[in-house]
Amino acid sequence: MGLFILRRFGMMLVTALCLTYIVFFMTNLYPNLEKLAKTQGNFRMSEEAVDSFLGDRGYLQPTPIKYLQWLGVLPGFSKELEDGRLLGKCVRPGVAPEDTPRYCGILQGDWGFSTVSKAPVADVLGSRLANTGKLMFWVMVVMVPSALVIGVLAGMKEGSRTDRSLSTVSILSTATPEYVSGVIFIALLASTRNGLGPWLHELGLIEGKALFKGTAKSAMDGITFKNFTLPVVTIALYGMGYIARMTRASMAEVMTAQYIRTARLKGVSFRNIVMKHALRNALIAPFTVIMLQFPWLLNGVVIVETLFSYTGFGWQLVNAAGNNDIEMLLAVSVVSVFVVLVTQLISDIGYVYLNPRIRIS
Amino acid sequence: MEPLTWTGSFGNVLDPIFQIVAGLFLVAVLAQFVGAYVFAPINDHYNPDGTITRGKGANASIATALRYLLLALCAIVAVYIVAGVFSPVGTVGILGAVAKQFSPVWIALLATFLLSISYKRRLGLYGKLFDSTVGMIGFALVMFWVFTAIFVGIFDMIAVHDPLSQVSRMKNKLPGTPLPSIEDGQYAFYLLGGDNLARDVFSRMVHGSVIVIVIAPFATLFAFMVGITLGLPAGYFGGKLDTFLSFLANLVLAFPVILLFYLLVTPEIVATGIPNYMATVLFVFPIIFVGILLNSRFYTRPKLRNPLLSGVLLVMIWIYLSAISAPGTKINLLPGAIDLFNINSGILVVFVSVVFVNAPTVFRIVRGLVLDIQTRDYVAAAQTRGEGPWYIMLWEILPNARGPLIVDFCLRIGYTTILLGTLGFFGLGLPPESPDWGTTINDGRKLLAIYPHPAIVPAMSLLSLVLGLNLLADGLREESLRD
Repeated sequence: MGLFILRRFGMMLVTALCLTYIVFFMTNLYPNLEKLAKTQGNFRMSEEAVDSFLGDRGYLQPTPIKYLQWLGVLPGFSKELEDGRLLGKCVRPGVAPEDTPRYCGILQGDWGFSTVSKAPVADVLGSRLANTGKLMFWVMVVMVPSALVIGVLAGMKEGSRTDRSLSTVSILSTATPEYVSGVIFIALLASTRNGLGPWLHELGLIEGKALFKGTAKSAMDGITFKNFTLPVVTIALYGMGYIARMTRASMAEVMTAQYIRTARLKGVSFRNIVMKHALRNALIAPFTVIMLQFPWLLNGVVIVETLFSYTGFGWQLVNAAGNNDIEMLLAVSVVSVFVVLVTQLISDIGYVYLNPRIRIS
Repeated sequence: MEPLTWTGSFGNVLDPIFQIVAGLFLVAVLAQFVGAYVFAPINDHYNPDGTITRGKGANASIATALRYLLLALCAIVAVYIVAGVFSPVGTVGILGAVAKQFSPVWIALLATFLLSISYKRRLGLYGKLFDSTVGMIGFALVMFWVFTAIFVGIFDMIAVHDPLSQVSRMKNKLPGTPLPSIEDGQYAFYLLGGDNLARDVFSRMVHGSVIVIVIAPFATLFAFMVGITLGLPAGYFGGKLDTFLSFLANLVLAFPVILLFYLLVTPEIVATGIPNYMATVLFVFPIIFVGILLNSRFYTRPKLRNPLLSGVLLVMIWIYLSAISAPGTKINLLPGAIDLFNINSGILVVFVSVVFVNAPTVFRIVRGLVLDIQTRDYVAAAQTRGEGPWYIMLWEILPNARGPLIVDFCLRIGYTTILLGTLGFFGLGLPPESPDWGTTINDGRKLLAIYPHPAIVPAMSLLSLVLGLNLLADGLREESLRD
């Protein structure tokens, strides 16, 4: 088991290196650098000005060297201009030239400097991740129990009418991407002119004219039921159907197993069969599915945070990608690769742990 | 002119009936749900002569009521549609006018269903689809959009206005608003309202279906070609090749899709020609696939193989070269005279990135299936006969993996549709005035709380197409498991 985890960690490291190099390569292509120079300097720069801007800041070195500098294996680029200003990878505003370190890469714990937010990447991304963490927590709280309940209810009597209606619901939810359900929810539930809000207001059931808020901007200061319900439900809905279907399949399979038949013949009540005998075995498969669902949730997070203007990780991704904020994008991709690979690892380990029949050879 | 209401004068009669039936139906659905836990289950009685007597009880009556209510609901909807098609515009309001515009689609759908159902026993898996209700509903939804795309894209029929032209004073107007001044031959209404640039939402929606219906199945097909061509040898030979290809697939899968899109689909990247190079690589796979497919089959009959293979490959390579070379891009191999067609660079980059995202998943599925099927006796028999590895992969293993692959193909078209919508939603790839559904949703979402119709209409269209594909896949899975 130890060796297995060690090998997986090695694999993770190689994957992360390859991926960040690809991101590095793509963001450092010349047209992207030109765009960066023009947004940082001004939009009417001549070609020579762009070249000297990029050259002074070390952007025109060969990509592998820049990559190693970003990793912290090579000393960071630095150049002193004629007027005595020091420019380079490790230079930060407010830090004296003599205090500027020679190496500033991931290995030194320095994630770089965001050219858009004008702040260290680690600080910006940290607060964004905290916001997304809250969102994900509530998504999990809503999604997992409801998906499991739907799946178990549908799977315990395969082919029954309950099963068919619940399966239709889960198919419907997997067919509704976040940007569709989000749009429908906002139009129906968060509008002051259409949908449920004005109607409930007329009946005197709610105070304001809208039931929920269409943006989650105020959720950064404090999460309330009103401003956080729609983003959470929008993400949860898309993932829910898939988990529910997996749970249903697993439950249906367990219900046809020999030991369940034995329990039935023994005269155990249906409720006890489901609760005591079937449920525990049926929940092994959904566990791995839920873990593997995390990377998908990441997608949902990007869409929903954009739609509801909630400044979390996904919003930051869109912002950084739109402005070619190279070091921010790299940090974002490291985080997401980390999430993908760690959840894979956990699901593998958890699967072995939950299911004693499987042993890693 | 008066603005149209939703169901017009016809609705005065039918609307209350519809509301009552719909309300009863919802009550019955709830009752069925609760009843399954409260009342005794239905006990069918098996008679000694082999017949079955339906059990009686609360649950059985609820089930019967539900079935009739559903039928009644469908019948009323059908009445709306038929009345709309055969009465002048305005009698059945917006619904009727929209139904009238869709009349060629209704006829085509009806013909398809009648033909398919009457010959369903001779049509294999496709015919079996018509045994499952879920599969039929899914198929109807999918074909609705396919026919819409055909009639709009080829015959220019359903749309009432140009998807790009703007009519003054129609900005953000509600559904059913008449145009302020009607010129010759112009349709008098904006059936589903106007968007924030005063364009007709209905026409944009039907034109958007063309883009989706053209790109999504083709992109999925290409992803399958890539996935199958790489997945078969990876699973069959194993070893270093498998390790390498699996690593590459996992690498792409570990990328967050949206980050990948942002890296691939920006104008700056398009200027470097990277999407064109990727297209050059990805578009080779169908040629390799068909080449190996034919060669492995007719290897022993060189007289048939040589002309067949060279003819097919020649045509495919010509199409390939026309597809990748376009004037003004990095790759411009063919002179204009023999260049058959040029793919719009926005469409090409969207296409390539969608194929690129989907191919690794298909690869993994194919590889898993090969690992499973490889152990069967008929593969061992073929090996003993002395068949080559490619013959075994393509003509022994692949046909036996078709069930799961067809089901996944349907699901994946749906997923590709969602991806296309995502691209549009972030304003990537296609031009901002493009009528595709993702871009229109993105346009409409800014004023969503005040004017929901410009975003809701494409959102519902996308939802219905993806739902149809998922239901179709479900029906196919059920029917293919049955034999």
